[in-house]
Amino acid sequence: MSTETIIERCEALHEDLYFTAAREWKDAAPGRHVIGHLPIYVPRELIHAAGMLPLGIYGGGDNMEVIQGDAYYQSYICRIPRSTMELALSGRLDFVEGMLFPSICDVIRNLSGVWKLTQPDVYVRYVDLPQNYKSEVGGSFYVEEMREVLAGLEGISGRKVTNDDLLNSIRVYNYNRDLVRKLYQSRVEKPWNIPVTEVYLLMRAGMVLPVEEHNEMLESYLVAASETERPQRDNTRVILNGLFCEQPPLGLIKSIELSGCYVVDDDFILINRWLRENVDDSGDALTNLSEAFLEYSVRTSATYEPERELKGQHLLESIKNSGAEGVIFSAPSFCDPALLEQPMLVDILDDHNIPNIQFKYAENTGQMQPIREQAGSFADSIKLWS
Amino acid sequence: MSDSKKKAQVDLSKDVQKDQSQILQKEMIRGNFDKLARADQNPDDKVVYTFVPGNLNELVHCFDVVGNYPEVNALQSAMQKKTGAYVMEAERSGQDEDVCTYVKADLGMMRRGNIGPSGQKVAEPDLLLLSYTGCFTFMKWFELLRHEYKCETTMLHVPYQGDGEITKHMRDYVVKQLKEETIPALERVSGVKFDIDRLRENLRESAKAEEDLVKVLETAKLRPSPIDSYFGAIYYVGPMFSAFRGTPEATAYYKTLWAEVEDRVKRGLGPVTPEGEMGEERYRLVVEGPPNYTSMRDFWKMFYDEGAVVVASTYTKVGGNYEFGFRHDPDNPLETLADYCFNCYTNYNLPQRTDMLEHYMDEYQADGLLINSIKSCNSFSAGQLLMMREIEKRTGKPAAFVETDLVDPRYFSASNVKNRLESYFQMIDQKRQAA
Ligand code: SF4
Ligand code: SF4
Repeated sequence: MSTETIIERCEALHEDLYFTAAREWKDAAPGRHVIGHLPIYVPRELIHAAGMLPLGIYGGGDNMEVIQGDAYYQSYICRIPRSTMELALSGRLDFVEGMLFPSICDVIRNLSGVWKLTQPDVYVRYVDLPQNYKSEVGGSFYVEEMREVLAGLEGISGRKVTNDDLLNSIRVYNYNRDLVRKLYQSRVEKPWNIPVTEVYLLMRAGMVLPVEEHNEMLESYLVAASETERPQRDNTRVILNGLFCEQPPLGLIKSIELSGCYVVDDDFILINRWLRENVDDSGDALTNLSEAFLEYSVRTSATYEPERELKGQHLLESIKNSGAEGVIFSAPSFCDPALLEQPMLVDILDDHNIPNIQFKYAENTGQMQPIREQAGSFADSIKLWS
Repeated sequence: MSDSKKKAQVDLSKDVQKDQSQILQKEMIRGNFDKLARADQNPDDKVVYTFVPGNLNELVHCFDVVGNYPEVNALQSAMQKKTGAYVMEAERSGQDEDVCTYVKADLGMMRRGNIGPSGQKVAEPDLLLLSYTGCFTFMKWFELLRHEYKCETTMLHVPYQGDGEITKHMRDYVVKQLKEETIPALERVSGVKFDIDRLRENLRESAKAEEDLVKVLETAKLRPSPIDSYFGAIYYVGPMFSAFRGTPEATAYYKTLWAEVEDRVKRGLGPVTPEGEMGEERYRLVVEGPPNYTSMRDFWKMFYDEGAVVVASTYTKVGGNYEFGFRHDPDNPLETLADYCFNCYTNYNLPQRTDMLEHYMDEYQADGLLINSIKSCNSFSAGQLLMMREIEKRTGKPAAFVETDLVDPRYFSASNVKNRLESYFQMIDQKRQAA
């Protein structure tokens, strides 16, 4: 299969706000259930082990008109909760029986309550991810949180989830993590061969497809990409940072690339790359998931950095590993987590003389020209001065 | 001069006891700023910064350190109209216009020499006690301060009541963090060994003060209400929400306050406003959300000029909620600190918050609900429109929505707010007539 065919499929999945693929999966056999989750991370292994499909919900994008959702949110709150509400109120999520809201920020936290009040038939769970990274403290808490989520899922399916089910799911997701890492690594090696829009669409596809199908898709893409040689341009290698929740329109991502940048790292759809290493697939599964969370979680603005000296180090490391020449901070308007983190990261980059720029977007930003121009001048200035 | 104004002057001049609680509070606040200023000169005095929701004052006091509350500095500076400049200063140094203005007011104050609302220098922190309760922004706020001050920081993660309950594993998690993170950090910074009996003693003091505060707030069930439970109660909760809970001074303050309010109850008086005693009570309101501090006097005036009194508010529960029976319990010292944190208002889920508003509407016989939605504050604001509609549906009473900011004067439009309130009061009148 060619990269074009695969990406066409991803594009269709991305545009489909009725989540037809997930609906079809559910209808294909009796007793199947779909569980939605918001950014930034939930242990999808739990949902998978319960025989259910995790469905990543990342707002309505720029193709959906938000009519009813606006009645729920003031103008000074980011867009993702209102478009997510629109998805629900317009019946697009009527096949989703459970929703998990991870602890990324107060907007998504409160959205869990909005869901409880407006969707009384749906299982709603706020997933409090630990901000304490000691095994016996944050770890034990997280194991209990996962146990409660599992009990909720078992309540829907009427089936007990065993440790073996969980270990099996860990294996399937470990393979997914391997493939995602490989994809990102291949892009670092040959960014001209693996454009950012394609990586993005592949990551998004992982939000709506069963993981097994996503694994096949990634395998095929990696093979196809390795067999294709696209023309190499004199682009600047950059990292995108701040796009972990509300998603930019695809056009914006394309614009950055078209402006002369090769994106060599990003924080899109972080759930796919949240655990930097694989989870142990023997022994007690919940303990393993918890330990992996404590040890291998990516650092992002939704998490606390206990060591002052380590603040921003993940970004410096990523710059080193990917050979990036600059960082583009791109955050959703009104996003406290991304926007409050940014000045600290900018300071750290400035201390290391790493060029960076900042701009804001919304999922329905329509004007790409200014962003393209800003990114273009950024890329040019790096080429000129470095 | 109207009769009611004359009466107010007469009553105020007689009301010596009222002044007493205010004087006590002023002295307490001044005393703490003096300590913070002294600490700036004396490195042996250790300073701990922390937040109002989830503040562990009883514990902090076991270590002979001085507490500083950046949120309190921000709101007091706002009342002195200083925060406009602070916010701009923070924006000039890289903070985005969209983010919480409390954070920016604090960062701006720091950049301008950290001169607190008392006009004295506030000492730099030796420890940032990041009690992460009910608000995500707290975490970034203290990371930003740590970035500037390069000081020790300790995080206490308080789980959210996502399912509207406190489970054993939530409590165990907080207690373990207290034992393994918070207490060792306080010991390290202060050089004082933790003494659980001292903590118990402080908790005992807290419980006494909490008892009196609840009595004060519950008088608003009476007609007329002797207090305003928003504009007035913001002052009443001051000592409880900041550096004083658990001290004998706070206990004395609440005892005095209760005596004053009890006296007003006996005399059948309404609330005291900045312009004297309020006239006839015409509207009884429940308010959700923080106030605007930059134009607080003007904002309050829009209410009392119309005879509107706030009989219950959620903001006055943000630093702890005692009205449903919780009291700090000296017999379970660490567990009670955990339970206190869980019960700070913004740590409740939206259904709990809505139920609480409904309860207020009924118990305090309110005519309506007013939401003051704060541009800065996702923790409070996200979901408020739904809460408003739910309350209208459940109670059949009218609700209104105004938008302002805590400390950024650019987001307080007096004419818009006044128009909105006037039409709201008319709406209540119409509802009454229709009934
Ligand atoms: S975009 Fe930012 S503020 Fe909005 S829900 Fe996501 S993390 Fe929260
Ligand atoms: S977001 Fe709200 S609760 Fe949090 S610090 Fe800002 S004003 Fe306070």
